[in-house]
Amino acid sequence: MSVSGADRGLRGRTAVAGVGETTYYKRGQSTDPEFVLVVKAILAACEDAGINPREIDGFCSYSNDRNTPARLANALGLEELRYSNMQWGGGGGGAAAVVQNAASAVHAGSANVVVAYRGLAQGQFGRFGQGGRRPAVRGEFAYTLPYGVMSPAQMYAMRTTRLMWEHGIDRSTMRAVALAAYHHAQNNPRAVMYGRPLDAETYDSSRWITEPFRLYDCCLENDGGAAMIVTSAERAADLSDTPVLVLAAQQSGGHRSGAWVHNPTDYATSSFKLGAQHLYEQAGVTPDDVDVVQSYENFTGAVVMSLIEHGLCTYENANEVLTFENLRADGGSIPLNTSGGNLAECYMHGLGMQIEAARQVRGDSANQVPNVNVSLSNAGPMVEIASTAIYGTAEALG
Amino acid sequence: MSALAEASYLPEGLTQPAPMRDGMDAPYWEGTREHELRVQRCADCDTHQWGPDWVCHACQSLNVEWVTVEPTARIYSWQRVHHPVHPALADHGPYIVVLVELPHADNLRMIGNLLGDPMQDIIIGSNVEVVFEDHDNGNPPYTLVHWQVTSS
Repeated sequence: MSVSGADRGLRGRTAVAGVGETTYYKRGQSTDPEFVLVVKAILAACEDAGINPREIDGFCSYSNDRNTPARLANALGLEELRYSNMQWGGGGGGAAAVVQNAASAVHAGSANVVVAYRGLAQGQFGRFGQGGRRPAVRGEFAYTLPYGVMSPAQMYAMRTTRLMWEHGIDRSTMRAVALAAYHHAQNNPRAVMYGRPLDAETYDSSRWITEPFRLYDCCLENDGGAAMIVTSAERAADLSDTPVLVLAAQQSGGHRSGAWVHNPTDYATSSFKLGAQHLYEQAGVTPDDVDVVQSYENFTGAVVMSLIEHGLCTYENANEVLTFENLRADGGSIPLNTSGGNLAECYMHGLGMQIEAARQVRGDSANQVPNVNVSLSNAGPMVEIASTAIYGTAEALG
Repeated sequence: MSALAEASYLPEGLTQPAPMRDGMDAPYWEGTREHELRVQRCADCDTHQWGPDWVCHACQSLNVEWVTVEPTARIYSWQRVHHPVHPALADHGPYIVVLVELPHADNLRMIGNLLGDPMQDIIIGSNVEVVFEDHDNGNPPYTLVHWQVTSS
């Protein structure tokens, strides 16, 4: 029996049977209410899967999504709601955990058809990129907000400063992450930045948000909805010739990763060091087996941390390996963020990047990498509980 | 002897701090009003702790005390904020945030602003000392804890 429990794990037991997303909008431009965005995404995922929405019997979401399972079950006419789950933790750290939770419920027999979903209408409910407007604040934020540390960029910039200082990570490495995302978005009509390419000069001359982040190091703010249908591997195989198996899904937080006022024991980390080990053991693959990577960009520096901590490069060779050429779907050695990701497709709190990982296994990405068997997608680097999922073909099971 | 700020580093109008309603961190905020830097220390295992909590994260003792520590530190990380995300900062210009570690208190970390020229070079490892910034008109009145590079 393995120490991690991987022998009881998810490997190949469940699958993503369908994916759906709404039109993705710049923040504030959705003409639909947030709840309608979620309903549309779920219906699109059901159509993609070829199942009746009334077969759904479970819901999983994260980051305190406002659109509750009970309300969705009402709207979708469900006869029975057997499972509901909210992933704790801030930011997009739950975007792969929500797949883990859905897959765990299906594997355990708690439900048969579980939807992992996220809806965001920042124009209707407030922007992530703006500071609090309350007159007074108590608790952890009392130690940060009065000093002008309010937005996510401000909360996470100093981890990247420290990464660059400790390990000599170059700005050009962060720039390569941004260029790859924008490059891929130019082939993806869903992408908010479709038709708006980025070149190195524009990146280099873009304004500072907070040093060390320039404008293009930071994710977008968007409105939209996204959903994934998770069911048993057997059912998925009945529905599709190319089922997307969940090989592993794992949450990850290190020692005191949620300690207040930037006091985690390990600071310049994406929070994946421990979780990645369990992930690969559960999936029965190694970093060398990974064909394509979706690595959540809240900020480019976090992607560098994440790729290192998932064993896809090292602190020592990151500057040489993580180049624009290597990160491209068309011929790169580590195809990265092939939909455009949070930087250039849409900041759907990372769920869009889980969908893209599934599409790469199915073979219908806008930037399809040839012969994908193992597709990795992580979520929420640097937050207190991050997560990663690995998807694969039946071939990946060996 | 700690310095006292002559004017507020950031403009008025930002969210102000207040002690937690359950009293957990009241000794810290009371200390700042008295121009003392207080942190937690476990009475059982002597580990300094920050942020505050009811329980010692090192040994899980509930016997956590408050102690006054030397108000000096060194810069652990930093950022220079350019893009304002609050109306009070709209025309303010860049400002510096530092994460400092306290070598006299198990290297626990605190956040504050780095006083002086907002475009100054910032060097990780530099020694810094506390500058208290009183806000007597706050509701409730409060004092912020900033840092400045040690001159000597």
